[in-house]
Amino acid sequence: MALVLAASVVGSFGAVFLKFGAARVTRNPLSFLNSRLALGVALYLGSSVFYFLGIRGGQLSILYPLVSLGYIWTLVWARIFFHEALTRQKFLGLGLILLGVVLVGMGAK
Amino acid sequence: MKAATASFARDAAAARRLSIVLVCCCTLSGAAAQVLMKVAMASFAPNLVAIVTNWMLMAGYALYGLNTLLMVLALREGELSMLYPIIALTYVWVTLLSYTLLREPPNAFKNVGIALIVIGVAVLGRGEKK
Repeated sequence: MALVLAASVVGSFGAVFLKFGAARVTRNPLSFLNSRLALGVALYLGSSVFYFLGIRGGQLSILYPLVSLGYIWTLVWARIFFHEALTRQKFLGLGLILLGVVLVGMGAK
Repeated sequence: MKAATASFARDAAAARRLSIVLVCCCTLSGAAAQVLMKVAMASFAPNLVAIVTNWMLMAGYALYGLNTLLMVLALREGELSMLYPIIALTYVWVTLLSYTLLREPPNAFKNVGIALIVIGVAVLGRGEKK
């Protein structure tokens, strides 16, 4: 369970660095080779390793809701690092999505 | 694709719409990748030759690459807090594909779950237009 929790945190930072890196992408295809994008991709790969290790020893029905915590971390980082406005629509939309993900997880048993 | 991205960037509303479309494409490729991976894992053998010649596994990885590319292009235009939750649409496509291609039995939890995800994404998309 700790592994999956770690996966959700690491994965959410992956998204943050993809966003940082995306700002550096220009019309030049080589601009994709920047350190922040590379770090973002590495964090994503790292989170999938944690995730695979985690689901080997755990119940899928508990793990799904834990993974969806990643959505909440990402919202917090978006606020802190990119000063994005957290509107009521975003909370409502995310709430519905989280509930949906948890239900899909319960159905996947 | 890149030229189109650049010209759209001048119009903020169009840029946001483009970012939503890109992320939706990203969820489609992500779902296809997951289904390919799942089918590929059924014939998984832990040696390098078997892994490299497993075309479904390789196609799955290629789609993940495409996925990341689309996500980066989307993030260039739009907000992380709006786009990231939309990735959950992947669950919707994966569930529908597993019903049809993998013949997994549908159940109420999954059906209600994917419906809620679709509504949630619609709320996020609508909120962005203001």
